[in-house]
Amino acid sequence: MNSAAIASHENYASHENYLSSGWNWRSWLTTLDHKRIAILYVVTITLLFGIGGAAAAMIRLDLLTPHSQLVSIETYNKLFTMHGVIMVWFFLIPSIPATLGNFLVPMMIGARDLAFPRLNLASWYLFVGGALFTIYALLAGGVDTGWTFYAPYSTTFSSSHVFAAATGVFIAGFSSILTGLNFVVTIHEMRAPGMTWFRLPLFIWSMYATSLILVLATPVLAMTLMLMAIERTFGIGVFDPALGGDPLLFQHLFWFYSHPAVYIMVVPAMGVASEIVCCFSRNPVFGYRFMAYAILAIAAFGFLVWGHHMFVSGQSAYAGTVFSLLTFLVSVPSAIKVFNWTATLYKGQITFQAPMLYALGFVGLFTIGGLTGLFLASLGLDVQLHDTYFVVAHFHYVMVGGAVMGFFGGIHFWWPKITGRMYPEGWARFTAILTFIGFNLTFFPQFILGYLGMPRRYPEYPPEFQVWNVLSSAGASLLAFGYVLPLIYLLWSLRYGARAPANPWNAKGLEWETPSPPPTENFHTTPVVTEEAYAYSRAQAPHG
Amino acid sequence: MPTRARRPPMANGDTAVAPQFDDAEQQRTASNLGIWIFLATEILFFGVLFAAYAITRVRFPEAFAAGSRLTNLPLAGTNTAVLLTSSLTMALGVHAARHGARRALVGWLGLTVALGCAFLAIKAVEYRFDYLEHLVPSLDFRYAGPQADQVELFFYLYFFITGVHALHVLIGIGCIATIAVMASRNVFSPAYFTPVDVTGLYWHLVDVIWLFVFPILYLISRS
Amino acid sequence: MDSVPFFPDRASTMAGQVDNLYFAWLVLSGVVALAVAVLMVWFAIRYRQGSAAKRTLADAAEREKKMRRIEIIWTVVPLVLFIAMFVWSARVYYQSVTVPKDALPIYVVAKQWMWHAEHPGGEREIDELHVPADRPVELVMTSQDVIHSLSIPDFRVKQDVLPGRYTTLWFTANRPGEYHLFCTQYCGAAHSHMVGRVVVMEPAAFQGWLSAHANVPTMAARGAQRYRQLGCSGCHGAQATVHAPRLEGLFGRPVQLHDGRFVLADERFIRDAVLLPTQDVPAGYEANMPSYRGQIGEEELLEIIEYIKSLGNATQEVAP
Repeated sequence: MNSAAIASHENYASHENYLSSGWNWRSWLTTLDHKRIAILYVVTITLLFGIGGAAAAMIRLDLLTPHSQLVSIETYNKLFTMHGVIMVWFFLIPSIPATLGNFLVPMMIGARDLAFPRLNLASWYLFVGGALFTIYALLAGGVDTGWTFYAPYSTTFSSSHVFAAATGVFIAGFSSILTGLNFVVTIHEMRAPGMTWFRLPLFIWSMYATSLILVLATPVLAMTLMLMAIERTFGIGVFDPALGGDPLLFQHLFWFYSHPAVYIMVVPAMGVASEIVCCFSRNPVFGYRFMAYAILAIAAFGFLVWGHHMFVSGQSAYAGTVFSLLTFLVSVPSAIKVFNWTATLYKGQITFQAPMLYALGFVGLFTIGGLTGLFLASLGLDVQLHDTYFVVAHFHYVMVGGAVMGFFGGIHFWWPKITGRMYPEGWARFTAILTFIGFNLTFFPQFILGYLGMPRRYPEYPPEFQVWNVLSSAGASLLAFGYVLPLIYLLWSLRYGARAPANPWNAKGLEWETPSPPPTENFHTTPVVTEEAYAYSRAQAPHG
Repeated sequence: MPTRARRPPMANGDTAVAPQFDDAEQQRTASNLGIWIFLATEILFFGVLFAAYAITRVRFPEAFAAGSRLTNLPLAGTNTAVLLTSSLTMALGVHAARHGARRALVGWLGLTVALGCAFLAIKAVEYRFDYLEHLVPSLDFRYAGPQADQVELFFYLYFFITGVHALHVLIGIGCIATIAVMASRNVFSPAYFTPVDVTGLYWHLVDVIWLFVFPILYLISRS
Repeated sequence: MDSVPFFPDRASTMAGQVDNLYFAWLVLSGVVALAVAVLMVWFAIRYRQGSAAKRTLADAAEREKKMRRIEIIWTVVPLVLFIAMFVWSARVYYQSVTVPKDALPIYVVAKQWMWHAEHPGGEREIDELHVPADRPVELVMTSQDVIHSLSIPDFRVKQDVLPGRYTTLWFTANRPGEYHLFCTQYCGAAHSHMVGRVVVMEPAAFQGWLSAHANVPTMAARGAQRYRQLGCSGCHGAQATVHAPRLEGLFGRPVQLHDGRFVLADERFIRDAVLLPTQDVPAGYEANMPSYRGQIGEEELLEIIEYIKSLGNATQEVAP
């Protein structure tokens, strides 16, 4: 594919594209175009990220002092619950798959759309419906069970709006399932001629594995929440020890979904990282097949380790031993991926545009997050660390330092393709670095707090822990800037940004061989694939 | 200029094939894979319920056996026959679709809907029977024997599992009725009957689920 | 201003072992993280666009061979390290969950939002735990409502406390002093207020503390009283006409159930026998013991268990 030819002919967006074809409520709300549905998701999850982020801001402000002076302890409990519920189910889980995945999966494989466009739109409506229930729960007074909804507190003791929140998550779960189903079928059946499995971009592999988890794990969550909600409503159920039920059963069922869920959140970011690192080092990825198999291994093994959330729950030591061993095994493919990204840089021609800064930040922070997961996988050590701030720091490193940085990297990388505009590079680089610094300042002190013993979900803590909490909150204020700035300059770029050519980064991949923004049908003629993935030659550097 | 294409231009030029697909074959295989994945999710849904049932049953075997003996085997047994027959009529409908027999198709689909409704009607009678026997947890439950709390747990799971299954039957009836209306309007042909096929698979799964529900709830204590 | 804390105190015999695991991981992960960071930075600088570094590649087959070898190395090496760490940490864990035989039991009932502890001698504490130094202590715990978790970071111990069953943790405190006790499983509004302190005393001082509180009946005595009040001796006593198991010498022995299984007559067994008597019926007996659910609180149940433990030294056999 000759990019120069495209650059000269299909450059600036005076051409007909998916954004110019109709701009009214109906054209957006009844669209079947996967690209427009991706935009609908972007808008929705940005709003929800704002709500979840506001909760986080209040949490970190309240934790500046050992006593809960900003909000009451009851309100604090509702804040961390809503922060978790919204960030997990209404931001992280849909983030990359429903935005970048929806936009790019058909394009990267050379298809016109996903296999089931109407299901795709239904997915978005279900997502919005679920979000509305959850926002209702928030406005009606909040939920205070934690995002984990443990029984019997959630079923019998909490007087908050558990049912509404659980319903919201339940409905959003169907959104996840339909998206996953759509991606699996699309990737299996609609690849362009010549696009064999092992020529697929790793982003597609990551979307495929994520979709398998979405499809297989989410139904378990749906039923578990339903069991919990019905038990709460009718006052009888299988989790209530007063009747001989088992509260640990809830935990097993909940974590059977929620552990694979964390891979739904991070595997897409791994796919994004592979795309960006290869493009900005002008190298094919090191060990393509190992990378692809590692993605599948993470997804498969991820279903076997849920009990590592329950080492001190009262489950048997035997079960704990098995889960600990399996958890160590699931870490191996992740380690391979980190080493491979690093090796991809070797003998490259590396440049440091904002997407690359985010991608490198992702690799570093995911490494730390993953390594601290090993602390937690160790049975003897987890006793000390369980339910402390060490766990909070660990999962924020992989979820925020990992998944969110990957998301922002991907948004920047494909922004020109999606919008036809370049974002302001200087501001973007500054923000990437600011985010990296703010993030570490926020969450690294929490490792120390954790080993000291500061429990999670505590609005009030012993005074000697204050120094670390203050450092953490200071970092959070920087981090907040890191998230607000892109909102501003990305919106600014929609109107004032330089117009983007078809392939501003000189990247490999079918999505770059079509104009920016793409036409509604993605490609004027069906592409035919003749080269391997990431066939970069270091002679041609990225522009921009 | 851009790539030489070895395939015809993007639009597939076929009104029975949705525009995102290249041809009818791709549409058919995609729809097939899609429904099988959906069936997998349904198995996982019910799997959770079966797991909760199994675990609780292992803890309280006598109470669950006692509870099971109180269920209405004749009605449920009849329902099993009804649902199995409806799967047969559905399969005959798919067969008719494959051979373009429109009137037979509409007939078999209509019969399937009728049998599905019969299933729900019999279930309603069965629930009423349970209510009259004071076996409805939380609302009206009276059991004089030992481990009454655990027998109540059995019935909680009984209503939960059969209720979720009945909901799936109801949704299936709606889908089959819709397909029947489409069939009567001559939408399907031997070249295109994917919706019939797909709905048929869903209905068979609903039947298969019942074939697990029935023994574990009604038969365990009666061997 | 006090110095900034970096590390918890080491106040129990297990603390050192847990810390060793922690330090090992710190070193291992520090090395890996540093290696990755250094390599990334080095590559980023050395191979930045336009730099003069040599970038000639070996031929494809050679590269493929090298790549495969490197992949295998950095798959196998972490795997071996992980297995080693797994074995080590599992062994530390087994030690931390294996209660020493001579441990002094203290009974803990958690409820929203306080810790209620009771010593065998009858001393009761709320949100405080007085323990002797250099002697194994076992906490036998249950919850009256939701799931709580008892954590003493300076001892490196933690265990969820569940309603409907007993869980245990043990420690040997070896440094007199006062230490934080936290609830570490979210349990509702005042979860963060459900904190307390553990007071570790020299053995002599501990004896002094016990005698200062000696004016209360022992747990076993209270248990015996409740046992009589509820009419338990009517069936289980020596004069009973009903065929019911004798409880002397029962605690800690294996009991055969009517379905052939053997279970240990521990705290869980007694508790279930009182609250769910038709579930694990001993062999040779009818399932006609009434349930006392709703008539006995968690503390009373523990007192009755202590009483039954105290019958362990009686001479009468358990009748078949």
